Amino acid sequence: MVPTQYYLILSAILFGLGAVAFVVKRNIITIFMSIELMLNAVNLAFVAFSQAKGKLDGQVFVLFVIVVAAAEAAVGLGIIILTARNRRSLNIERVDLLKL
Amino acid sequence: MLILDHLWIIPLLPLLGAAVNGLFGLKWPNKAVNTVALSSTGISFVCALEAVREFLTYVAPTGQIFRKEFFDWMVAGNFRAGFDLQMDQLTVVMVLVVTGVGFLIHIYSTGYMAHEGGYYRFFAYLNLFMFFMLILVLAANYVLLFVGWEGVGLSSYLLIGFYFLRKSAADAGKKAFIVNRIGDFGFMLGMFLLFRTFKTLDFNTLFTAVHDANLPHEGWGVFGTFTVACLLLFMGACGKSAQLPLYVWLPDAMEGPTPVSALIHAATMVTAGVYVVARSHLLFEHSETALVVVATVGCATALFAATIGLVQTDIKKVLAYSTVSQLGYMFLACGVGAFGAGIFHLMTHAFFKALLFLAAGSVIHAMGGEQDMRRMGGLSKKIKVTYWTMLIATLAIAGAPLFAGFFSKDAILFSAFTVGGNGGHVLYAVGLLTALLTSFYMFRLIFLTFHGKQRYDEHHVHVHESPWTMLGPLVILAVLSIFGGWFALPSFFGGADSFANFLAPVFAARGEVEGLSEAAAHTLELALAGVAVLTATVGFFVAFWLYLRQPGKPEQLAKSLRGIYTTLYNKYYVDELYAAALVRPLVWLSDNVLWKIIDVEAIDGTVNGIAHGATAVGDTVRHTQSGNTRSYAVWVVVGALAIIIIIFWPALHPVLGTVTK
Repeated sequence: MVPTQYYLILSAILFGLGAVAFVVKRNIITIFMSIELMLNAVNLAFVAFSQAKGKLDGQVFVLFVIVVAAAEAAVGLGIIILTARNRRSLNIERVDLLKL
Repeated sequence: MLILDHLWIIPLLPLLGAAVNGLFGLKWPNKAVNTVALSSTGISFVCALEAVREFLTYVAPTGQIFRKEFFDWMVAGNFRAGFDLQMDQLTVVMVLVVTGVGFLIHIYSTGYMAHEGGYYRFFAYLNLFMFFMLILVLAANYVLLFVGWEGVGLSSYLLIGFYFLRKSAADAGKKAFIVNRIGDFGFMLGMFLLFRTFKTLDFNTLFTAVHDANLPHEGWGVFGTFTVACLLLFMGACGKSAQLPLYVWLPDAMEGPTPVSALIHAATMVTAGVYVVARSHLLFEHSETALVVVATVGCATALFAATIGLVQTDIKKVLAYSTVSQLGYMFLACGVGAFGAGIFHLMTHAFFKALLFLAAGSVIHAMGGEQDMRRMGGLSKKIKVTYWTMLIATLAIAGAPLFAGFFSKDAILFSAFTVGGNGGHVLYAVGLLTALLTSFYMFRLIFLTFHGKQRYDEHHVHVHESPWTMLGPLVILAVLSIFGGWFALPSFFGGADSFANFLAPVFAARGEVEGLSEAAAHTLELALAGVAVLTATVGFFVAFWLYLRQPGKPEQLAKSLRGIYTTLYNKYYVDELYAAALVRPLVWLSDNVLWKIIDVEAIDGTVNGIAHGATAVGDTVRHTQSGNTRSYAVWVVVGALAIIIIIFWPALHPVLGTVTK
């Protein structure tokens, strides 16, 4: 059996990659994907703990996360499409209406 | 005991009158305001009479005082201050004087104030004053007494500043209020000390405790609890009763309408200090120092104010200084232990001084507002009733035989003379000198106002006698000024000195004079009375000679004694002295330190500084809201990292520690 910390290290690496991409990337779709990556990194950690502890709580949580992520993806992609239509661009730098 | 069991009704009626007039009187005609004001005080007076009758019939013969707790007002731990009223012989005198004289002055005011603006306001205030004064004299504990004490101060302030559009009147009101605050400060400290020592401020409990504990008397120079508490209480009395050095507000208080001067600043409120000292006599008797201070201050004030009264030209100012002087007399009596004589003088003084003020008001009314005696003269033929009543009051205050003031003044002088030691003789001598001065300045007032050449322009001043609403009270008070003293016919006149006996349950009757048989004491009293009458006569003749025989003489005298004259005329420059020593430094301090440094710099500075700081922080931080979504993302990540580090810091610490090691 693979030891739990391996999963956790992999999860941390994936989460870190997601976080860095989230900050660094300019394309909205890429940013969106990095968010998904972070979510799934967390899912991996949950499943790993679930296996290590022998309890089902973590797996239940993962199902919830997948459902929420699906809903979020639907809404998020809708927003992205509208943004793309309005601005003719997917560059996050150009979405700056929240400026003071 | 119909009324006695509902004693609260006596003070409540004037309060109702004040409330009704104050709230609704603005739109009412004068008649309606009159009805409310007069009926409330009138019924209150009748109730007081009935309560006194019930007290004397049912309670007094048992040797008890009447006392009833109506409701709790403040209860905290073992402290209780309730709305408790009491009635004993001292209260009887005070209540009758307050409601009786008060009612007469209300009647007078309906005539005097008929053409003044703010008619309803005047009567609302006057009724409010009656309420607080009655609370003061009926209260059965120091706390409730203090309510009345402060309340009469408030009414006094409102009424002195009645013509508040005139700056001098508004200033005089403030002066009275502030000077009284100084005294009240002492009064409160005295109360606190009494409570700390005896755990109660209830008269009955407190005095019984003092009496039963048989505590040692504190001799001269010993500053024990009694001495300190009494001196503090006396400080309050000095403020309220206008004694040295806090008398300065009373002459200025003459800015108020004349009926106010008569009621508040002569007959009732200013005697509250004497009442408090008399009420606390058991405490004062435990401290020789306090008694000596009371006697000395009273005596000094009596002489001091009388000398100023000699040269004043404003008719009300003369009476004001005379009031201060007579109050000094009352304190002198209290100081030598003759509390009964002090209260007796309080009563007779209420009659004749109220009469003097009301008559002076009638003169002012007749002269169309003129108050300067130098522009009067020869009025006796034109306003006869006023003249005769005022003359009676003058005879009473000067101590002419058989008038009210004669008995009370003699009782005080006799007590001072027989108190023993050189001190007593000095007090007596000063008291006698004051009597001489009193007689002089009062007859000077009479001669300047009513006799001699007419010194006003008849074309401008239409002299007219006042209406009967004003003259009626004058006549009644004149009768009281003549016969008011006969309650206390001393025994050598065949009377039983019934006033002293009446007050005996409160003050314990004056014992035999030490080292004198009864007969010798009577001879002495008669002799002293003779001396006093002689002195008063001298005063009369000097005034007669100076102001009627030799009308030019006073001016020559003033010129040749210029120094003394100007000093007296300017009231010993006490106001200027206070202004220089206290007022101006305080104003300077307030201006330059409290206002410009503490208020502007410290308080406003702190508040504004915080506001400016918030603005500055906001100004800086707002640049982080760039609208750039990626920078927000960075903040989210940084925040998440920060939270993770904070949460896991204790766990990380050993790891990092081992790394650094």
